[in-house]
Amino acid sequence: MYEFRMPSLGADMEAGTLAEWLKKPGDAVARGDIVAVVETEKGAIEIEIFAAGILNQWLVQEGATVPVGMPLAMIATEKEEAALSITAPAPPPAKAPEPAVVAVQAPLTPAATAAQERIKASPAARAYALEHKIDLAAMTPGKPGGAILRADAVRGVAAEPAAVTPRKTKPGLDFDKMRHAIAAAMARSKREIPHYYLSTQINLRRATQWLAGTNGSRKPDTRLLMNVLLLKAVAQAVKTYPRFNGFYSKDGFMQADGVHIGPAIAIRGGGLIAPAIHDCDQKSLDEIMIALRDLVARVRAGSLRSSEMSDPAITVTALGERGVDGVFGVIFPPQVAIVGFGAPHLAPVAHADGGLAVEPVILASLAADHRVTDGHLGARFLSEIAALLQEPEKL
Amino acid sequence: MTRDEILARVFAELESVAPGCAPGNADPGADLHDELDIDSMDFLNFVIALHKSLNVEIPESDYPKLATLDGAVAYLLQKVNG
Repeated sequence: MYEFRMPSLGADMEAGTLAEWLKKPGDAVARGDIVAVVETEKGAIEIEIFAAGILNQWLVQEGATVPVGMPLAMIATEKEEAALSITAPAPPPAKAPEPAVVAVQAPLTPAATAAQERIKASPAARAYALEHKIDLAAMTPGKPGGAILRADAVRGVAAEPAAVTPRKTKPGLDFDKMRHAIAAAMARSKREIPHYYLSTQINLRRATQWLAGTNGSRKPDTRLLMNVLLLKAVAQAVKTYPRFNGFYSKDGFMQADGVHIGPAIAIRGGGLIAPAIHDCDQKSLDEIMIALRDLVARVRAGSLRSSEMSDPAITVTALGERGVDGVFGVIFPPQVAIVGFGAPHLAPVAHADGGLAVEPVILASLAADHRVTDGHLGARFLSEIAALLQEPEKL
Repeated sequence: MTRDEILARVFAELESVAPGCAPGNADPGADLHDELDIDSMDFLNFVIALHKSLNVEIPESDYPKLATLDGAVAYLLQKVNG
């Protein structure tokens, strides 16, 4: 028997709200299954489980906000479950434990709305509850044991005027909360991480030509973006320089077990998330493009998975679209490096023979953690990225 | 298709790839990326959507012609009606 705990979905996360259980006691779970949906400052995240077994008992109910590390459910191995079923049936889910758990009104996200569907209520009551942003679970039916009717919901609203703060423009995302989360993580980064910064101008003539040639014969839905080449170049360089790929904790630096790169993805309306593209070094450019497209769509829809939030071991931020020459990132703790790319642009380039040409270039930057590496190694890492981009056909 | 029909389609696809971008309020002569705050992924999705819904070929080398709303409508009008 082991405890399935509220995972940390980034250094900035202190607590999450259990919006919905997707597995119930008695259900078998396999490694990688999505067991629950947790509402965080960065939206609703699907929580995966990393061991197989049978869900024995819920320890936390839907709507409860619990700190990171708090047990959410008990998971039994198949053998244990067989033994348990002989002795006694699994106990009913406990009430959200006090005092570590602060039960809060669940925000009316799509996930929470789905949870409300299990409560006996008339369609009119549901519509009313949704419109007035109230939680049906907090309502009492007029007839004991009966369904909640519209009149009950109306009565509930009158009794509980300030049920939930009004929703922001985007379902599942609260921009004020996200800003708070970003601020906390970045303040911690600047307080704790001794950053050093390097930059270099990378010639993109070959990469641009290769991309134009490749995309020229392709339908729009299979075309590649320059960002995909940049991500792959960073992934390959990280394999040669693994000290930029990992996490720094009180025990010092720990190298990541794979090349999981977090591309920073801006959210319309404000904020950003840098979830992982797993095993970027082993993916082809086409596979990275598909993964990036999928990730961008899910960031904007607010449906990311817990492993995507916790696994990135290096961030890549490409502010190219915003037309600035360069960007110097702030490391996202506990990571130890962030690579930045400005806008690809035309610039005069001096050649070794003394000639001058106008060519496409990009300003690449590295911000890295001095507790783990020095500028000397950083310079080699950045130069490796530049070298890899000179042979785009090999990426 | 008329110019208005093309414009309506362009607006609809932009709204779809970048919800809330309000293309109707944009300066039709200004750069789409800046005006609507769309990035290269949004723009590629916009091209994919136009390619599918209007059944026109839009090579990457023509992207500069779609840089503004006016430019995009003129380009597509010519592509659709020949």
